[in-house]
Amino acid sequence: MLYDFLIAPFADFGFMRRALAGVLALSLAGGPVGVFLILRRMSLMGDAMSHAILPGAAMGYLVSGLSLGAMTFGGMLAGFAVALLSGLVARATALREDASMAAFYLISLALGVVIVSLRGSNVDLMHVLFGTVLALDDATLILLASIASLTLTAFALVYRPLVMETLDPGFLRSVSWSGAYVHLAFLALLVLNLIAGFHALGTLLAIGLTILPAASARLWSNDMTRMIAIAMAGGVVASASGLLASYHTGVPTGPAIILAAGVIYLVSLVFGRSGGLLRGFGRRRHLEA
Amino acid sequence: MSAALGFHNLTLGYDRHPAVHHLDGVIETGALLAVVGPNGAGKSTLAKGIMGALKPLDGRIERFGHEPRSIAYLPQAAEIDRSFPVDVFDVAAMGQWGQRGLFGGFGGKDTARIHAAIAAVGLAGFERRSIATLSGGQMQRALFARLLLQDAQVLLLDEPFTAIDERTTGDLLVLIARWHGEGRTIIAILHDFDLVRRHFPQTLLLAREAVAWGPTAAVLSPANLARATRMCEAFETDAHNCVRAA
Repeated sequence: MLYDFLIAPFADFGFMRRALAGVLALSLAGGPVGVFLILRRMSLMGDAMSHAILPGAAMGYLVSGLSLGAMTFGGMLAGFAVALLSGLVARATALREDASMAAFYLISLALGVVIVSLRGSNVDLMHVLFGTVLALDDATLILLASIASLTLTAFALVYRPLVMETLDPGFLRSVSWSGAYVHLAFLALLVLNLIAGFHALGTLLAIGLTILPAASARLWSNDMTRMIAIAMAGGVVASASGLLASYHTGVPTGPAIILAAGVIYLVSLVFGRSGGLLRGFGRRRHLEA
Repeated sequence: MSAALGFHNLTLGYDRHPAVHHLDGVIETGALLAVVGPNGAGKSTLAKGIMGALKPLDGRIERFGHEPRSIAYLPQAAEIDRSFPVDVFDVAAMGQWGQRGLFGGFGGKDTARIHAAIAAVGLAGFERRSIATLSGGQMQRALFARLLLQDAQVLLLDEPFTAIDERTTGDLLVLIARWHGEGRTIIAILHDFDLVRRHFPQTLLLAREAVAWGPTAAVLSPANLARATRMCEAFETDAHNCVRAA
């Protein structure tokens, strides 16, 4: 019974196993990316950037159809361009970075949808907007796994300066040259993970497995390392349960996974031990000192 | 006495408007120097210049080997994010960057040094307290522990005692006196003249230009202070090119 419900879908169907492998890679790399996005107050920026990669991917699609390489390359170019341009606009004009980010992502999203519909059908449009997690081919799986491996390795390398740059950028500037590069390295990792998310979950939900588990983790721990571990675990649980829910009920897979992450987030919001809503209720007596 | 930092016709500013104007002088190695002056006198600008964050509009800073990254700097309002999930121990440990850098491991010796620094600033027992729960004074003590671990020969403190109570100020002044005794060069931007008179032998009175620089008692005379206030009020939006510019 439990076997039929939890294991059989993956044992019986190759596409379920592939989907699981893909979203597991996304969850593991998404943990640290998401935790740093949240601590650096860049969650909305990450969301905006995930839409901004669409016109680049769409240009790749226009040139060579649903080709993995072309769409990945185009998306990366667009992602970096928007990240750097909005930083530039913020420095050179009266607009703050959030405003220029919002402007760029609206333009990008509209442009991307127009470009895709120039050549493709509505099916292709659904593909880029919501992803094709149940149709991951070998090349895409290898790309997702490579991005996840690269991300985790890179975080191991830049972890110390990245934490310092997030906590106290002025101090890192005063003791080291690495501050400016650490931010760029983080942006690069973010764009890579958005591309990975884009292939599996589509442009609209690409960052879901990054932000939701990390936001949940913040509500359970005050410790960086633990937060990252909790975010990874949350992503894994959301991925598996979302896939199963979609299999058993027939709802679209990408949104089911993000909804599963959403349920974890809502539960954390209420019960989270470190900042959840219920923390203030039924409290114990305060201490003497 | 050798020099730690020299200013030669140094002009620092923003958009060509000078905030520090034609400053000349030398800070001796081992000096305990207070920099005072009205708001807008260019004190923090001078600090940014010393830290290399601002290129001189004119003139230069002679460094005698004290490159910006070897100077321990406590900014006026640290950009520190107090909601960040980190504890006192880790904040102090950041001071070890100079010794450990990107990949260096933290061994038992480092841990002992960090504990000693935290004890020296009077925060023993607070090692695992998250910085979100610290008071303003306790946070400043934690930042002094970080300064202590940086083990720098030149220390630059921008208003370290603003909004800090008397007892904490007293404890931190003991640390400054200890650094002074160890032969380190200390430059502190301050507002409290009484405190400067009691604890700082040398003073630079700045009002965009140096009004006076020397022994504290002579510098902080009523005449000098009145002159400083007058000089600071002369900012013109449409100022002409400075005739003294090289």
